[in-house]
Amino acid sequence: MYRRHSFFRGLWRHAVLLIFVVFALFPILWVISASFNPSNTLVGQSLIPKNASLANYREIFTSEQYPIALWIKNSIVIGLITSALVVAMTSLAAYAFSRFRFKGRREGLFASLLVQVFPQMLAAVSIYLLVLSIGKLIPALGINTHAGLIMVYLGGAMGVNAWLMKGYFDTIPTSLEESAMIDGASPFQAYYMIILPLARPILAVIFLLQFIGTYSEFILASVLISSSEKYTLAVGLQLFIHDQYASRWGVFSAASVLGALPIVILFMFLQKYLVSGLTSGAVKG
Amino acid sequence: MGKIIKGVILGIVNVVFIWIALYLLSAEAYLVFVLLLLGALLTNLLFIVPKGYPYRYLLPAAFFMILLVVYPIIYTVYISVTNYGTGNILNKEQVIAQLEERYVRDTGSPDFSFSAYRDPQSGLWFLFTDSEGRQMVGHSGELTFVEQGDPLLGQLAGYTELTRVDVAQSLQELQAQSFSYDESRELRMRNINAFNLYEQQYSYDREKDVLLEVQTGTLYTQENGYFQAPDGTRLTPGFRAVIGFDNFRRLFGNPQVTGPFARVFGWTVQWALLSVATTFVVGLFLAILLNDPYLRLRKLYRSLLILPYAIPAFISALIWRGLFNTELGVINQILQATIGSSVRWLQDPLWAKVALVILNLWLGFPYMMIICLGALQSINAEMYEAALVDGATTWQQFCHITMPLLMVSVAPLLVSSFSFNFNNFSVIYLLTAGRPPIVGAQTPAGHTDILISYTYRLAFESGRGTDYGLASAVTLVIFLITGVITFFNFRFTGALEDVSKNV
Repeated sequence: MYRRHSFFRGLWRHAVLLIFVVFALFPILWVISASFNPSNTLVGQSLIPKNASLANYREIFTSEQYPIALWIKNSIVIGLITSALVVAMTSLAAYAFSRFRFKGRREGLFASLLVQVFPQMLAAVSIYLLVLSIGKLIPALGINTHAGLIMVYLGGAMGVNAWLMKGYFDTIPTSLEESAMIDGASPFQAYYMIILPLARPILAVIFLLQFIGTYSEFILASVLISSSEKYTLAVGLQLFIHDQYASRWGVFSAASVLGALPIVILFMFLQKYLVSGLTSGAVKG
Repeated sequence: MGKIIKGVILGIVNVVFIWIALYLLSAEAYLVFVLLLLGALLTNLLFIVPKGYPYRYLLPAAFFMILLVVYPIIYTVYISVTNYGTGNILNKEQVIAQLEERYVRDTGSPDFSFSAYRDPQSGLWFLFTDSEGRQMVGHSGELTFVEQGDPLLGQLAGYTELTRVDVAQSLQELQAQSFSYDESRELRMRNINAFNLYEQQYSYDREKDVLLEVQTGTLYTQENGYFQAPDGTRLTPGFRAVIGFDNFRRLFGNPQVTGPFARVFGWTVQWALLSVATTFVVGLFLAILLNDPYLRLRKLYRSLLILPYAIPAFISALIWRGLFNTELGVINQILQATIGSSVRWLQDPLWAKVALVILNLWLGFPYMMIICLGALQSINAEMYEAALVDGATTWQQFCHITMPLLMVSVAPLLVSSFSFNFNNFSVIYLLTAGRPPIVGAQTPAGHTDILISYTYRLAFESGRGTDYGLASAVTLVIFLITGVITFFNFRFTGALEDVSKNV
């Protein structure tokens, strides 16, 4: 399909690609530029800011009314805890699905597949009411607590991840565990000392994917969290900029750059896995 | 070693169980307590019986999945047949308690003049004088009749008497006071000058399950979550009650609800289709360009084009909202400078939709580009050589080799992408929030609302109050559609067969 072509015949391709590169990069560059622009407004911004300064970034860390740095920290902490717990719990479940034969195994696998059909956020109303009543019994897990939000995320993350991880565990040969068990290891030791180290790539990928997903989650966080110092970045940033583009654009831009940075960096790490994961997903569903 | 770990885990789990159980008992939540007890028993059983071994590994994941995914789905179904929402938030017991707390003035009541005092602990005392000159002292709900020279009067004299200004300032506190006068009547503040006798307005008959209005003798029976008089008057607040399929009837039968719902539904489908189509066409086009091994700088192009995908969507949506800003946004500035007119992006129904599609194209084309690149690379190059020998044009090669082979692996992802965008709440909500609003709709619906954002607004931000019942009914419609789409996708990809083959 492809042939070597002369420089000029190849030129239109570069022209088209350049148009899309501009489309893809313009908003990013525009925001980066705004973040260094001290005027803090949409009005009269140019791509290369005059008298660039770090004032907007300083504002993020010092503002008391809008503790944006704190929101970023909240998002990161919630993301880390959720991801760690998700990896721990799903790897246990996936190990059982992969290595044991027991009654209800097929049904369990089927259920974890079925649950993916119903994104958790669709049930936001009943989750809100559920957490409300949990909070009446156990205030630490109620509305407007990080623990409650993490608990909700844990529920939503099990289906997909258990399925993915089981697929990976299936590819690890059982002979290693078998010899370990002959030496007297329990199945739990085999899981802990053999499977987990061997499955490190998938654990890392699921951890990072879960982190990115949790970090970017908006609807449940906005329903469950209601006080400023507990906002995640997704909730806080939306309320911060809401119809205030004329007066807060600069600080917002700086917050966007800073808030997107952790995810962009993780994404760069993950790119290789993502590309292969997405296409293998295409075959497996 | 294993035994110790097992013991420790079970110990911790049981401590947590007991801790929660104590909470539940003190909160008198007996149903949940019984459920917890069953859960605790099951857990202990699994840890003791050898046959339960594999299930131990599933416990934590299963617990969270059942509590926070399965239960909410079932609960959504339940709410959809109730009237839960503003006006019907409380349960029946609470509403009865609230109604029984209501008092009406006894129409024949004389005025009781009063003076109020504060003791050193800032407790309130009253000295009432009725129209016949009888005096009584009131404190913390109780009345004591006093004669001249009663020691209580001497006690009162030692407290600070409230001036008119003090009374006006602590009006709320004074209004909350009530003193039982006789069996059915209470002394309550009527205005700043006087207390009056009030009697209970309603009393509830537990056996007949009716509410009696004491003064008029009207009987209120319960009807669809309200206490209703024979003439149809309803008492507010109503209570939570199962009302059958009324929410669905409203959704499909009430023109003021059905109209907006149908428009929202139509746009949801259009939106999902447009999103998939635009991102796929652009993504595939770029993938074909980038798949050319002779293209210079292809790695650089690829890493630059993938960038929008790496930024959290909520940040991108908020950024684009700034770019689309009608008065000050850079897009309108560029349009002004080049073609001399600007577009009312977020105020005009059509342009708001265009803005959404542009944003979603920006967010989504890198994903399509990546998966198409992956799929293209798996197509055997010999096919094209054979086609070339047969004299096929580039277009023919594309139609007869590239597309069919590409679709085998990409089609299921397109379907997933369709259902993802069908429920793509954050993009819609953060760019347009469903606005501009549809004029004349009884429910809060906007021209760019999709079903999920419509549900969210019904439940959490309607100006006329929340309507959890209707929101849950809409949610069930979404469940149904998403479920059907995914089911066919599973059938297509053979995911279900994977399970049944027990891999």
